[in-house]
Amino acid sequence: MPGLADKRLVFVTGKGGVGKSTVALALGIAAARRGLRTIVAELSGQARAAETFGVAPPSGEEVRLGDCLHAISVDMERAMEEYLHQRVGRVGDLLAGSRAFHAFAHATPGMRELLSIGKVWELAQDRRRVPGAQPYDLVIVDAPATGHALGALRAPATFADIARVGPIAHQGRTIDATLRDAAQTAVVAVSLAEEMPVTETLVLRARLRDALDRELAAVVVNACLPERIGPRQTRTLAAALDGADDRVVHAALRAALSEQARARAQREQLARLADGLGGSGAAAGPADEIPSLELPYLFVERLDASAVGALADRLEALL
Amino acid sequence: VSGDVAALLATTRVCVVGGSGGVGKTTASAAIAAGMAARGRKVAVVTIDPARRLATALGLDELGNEPHRIDARRFAEHGLPLGDGELWAMTLDPKRTFDELIARLSPDAETRERILGNRVYRELSDAVAGSQEFTAVAKLHELAQAGDWDLLVLDTPPSRNALDFLDAPDRLRAFFEGRALQTLLRGGGAGLRLLGRGTGIVLGLLRRVTGAELLSDLSEFFRLLGGLLGGFRTRAAEVEALLRAPDTTFLLVTSPEREPIDEAIYFQRRLRTARMTLCGAVVNRMHVDELGGGDDALDDLDARLARAAGLSRALAASVAAAFADEHALARRDAANVARLRERLGAGVPLVCVPLLDEDVHDVEGLVRLGARLFAHAP
Repeated sequence: MPGLADKRLVFVTGKGGVGKSTVALALGIAAARRGLRTIVAELSGQARAAETFGVAPPSGEEVRLGDCLHAISVDMERAMEEYLHQRVGRVGDLLAGSRAFHAFAHATPGMRELLSIGKVWELAQDRRRVPGAQPYDLVIVDAPATGHALGALRAPATFADIARVGPIAHQGRTIDATLRDAAQTAVVAVSLAEEMPVTETLVLRARLRDALDRELAAVVVNACLPERIGPRQTRTLAAALDGADDRVVHAALRAALSEQARARAQREQLARLADGLGGSGAAAGPADEIPSLELPYLFVERLDASAVGALADRLEALL
Repeated sequence: VSGDVAALLATTRVCVVGGSGGVGKTTASAAIAAGMAARGRKVAVVTIDPARRLATALGLDELGNEPHRIDARRFAEHGLPLGDGELWAMTLDPKRTFDELIARLSPDAETRERILGNRVYRELSDAVAGSQEFTAVAKLHELAQAGDWDLLVLDTPPSRNALDFLDAPDRLRAFFEGRALQTLLRGGGAGLRLLGRGTGIVLGLLRRVTGAELLSDLSEFFRLLGGLLGGFRTRAAEVEALLRAPDTTFLLVTSPEREPIDEAIYFQRRLRTARMTLCGAVVNRMHVDELGGGDDALDDLDARLARAAGLSRALAASVAAAFADEHALARRDAANVARLRERLGAGVPLVCVPLLDEDVHDVEGLVRLGARLFAHAP
């Protein structure tokens, strides 16, 4: 298993709607249970982790959710102000307050991504740049969906290339080196056992290799239905459905058969995913295989802290 | 399960399909476009990132960044004859759309070539969050201007925040208005007046923060874009007018889970503030069972199953467990949809689509989905 507990930065990404935030938070809970000082950093402007714990922190602020567990919703403006303050001290505050500079930062393509990634990098440093801030053992990044996440991961290198020399070039290279270092950084893909998310996971893997020369640390397949009924039993139920006149019995048989059909379709997609992750053909050894972990579909009304805690039990295997 | 997309789109010329990621926007957009084509319209659907199997099924693999006509036989053989209608489709290529926009707005060939060759533009324009969003809107505008279609359906980009693309015109404007910076970087009174006091200091600090080379590349980039600003402003105004036109409507797609529904409710508020019209919402992949979520007489279901259907005790228990879980989801979904209905108000019809046993990624699946979106056969 990938040993995520030994990393400093874990990026959690995947297609929209697959449950990235839930998995990121569950990983954070699992790490905190181990006694690692952990922060879940959200890059989408939302604060889902804090909301799950019934906390409403100001944007950009680190907030404590429980023992060893913290969260932050990364705010671009705030990250920019912090960066300026570090670089040029008090006069940086003047810059941060200037309309010209804001226009510059908003207009510069990729600046938002660069600042966000710079902030999560800062969270993962032993010597925090933010005055008075404590270091974290592990930063779990609830990253944007695949395409945007790759854009963010590439931003430091791209800026370093364009700038060539100077502070942004230097900073960009430092962050990029951290992202490329398998000892410090891991990327975890979240998927569903459905056609599009599986395809997107496989595309993510290929693009991550191209962009950062990195391999996925693990794939988490969320919301897997239980297989309650085997093939022979399915035939029995289909026959029983034909003759059922009791309304409730009919409804129950239909629901069970429908769930079984969806569970079977999921198994096909899981097989497709395993195929795609199983290295590159016959020459690939076990070392090329990416571990994947299935999370059960939770039949609950809402994913509250205890439901996410149950998922954390399973995710401990990835630490 | 109710509602009818044909009724929602009766007088619509442009339909923007919005919703959070993973709710089935792309397949819904394609099914709606095909259904409207089967009702005699000439329809073009702009998809962002269709599943490969769906793209192949529609013949969308070919490049071009322009709509092309889908062979009607692909639908006829699955029981949906298009008759006099036409279905056109394209997959958006954001980078190419961006290049085309630059080319169209450039005052001359030299400016165009210099922007397209600029390092900042080349390296960064496709990395920007939101570039898909604004290129999608730009493409929609271009197709609407061409006026070749009775109905345009735009599938909006997959993003966690369904509203990102509503901000696209603003972000694009910020992008072009980097010209203000270019004025600043060259110095001069206009820049100072435009940007406020302390500009000289700001410039010096900026150099210290970014490094001189990046600053000069950016400055060149913004200077070049400055030449396009006039054309862009006109276009941005046209795009906004298009999105607010009486025959342009937004159609929300959501799944019945709590978060997408919350986002759908927020989406409507934002549309209202922006003076844009919401014609309805599709609730996709609803858990429904034959009891309609209303019957609690599920005690002894094991025994009833064993008795009435002759199942073994173990199998009866499995079926009862599956039903109890699915029934709970059906009740949850019904409650979420009731909340959505109440919050959106009576003026916003809902079209509810049950969770299908199979993923939709071929023409047959689109036809099956279409049968749930449209109340009557064409």
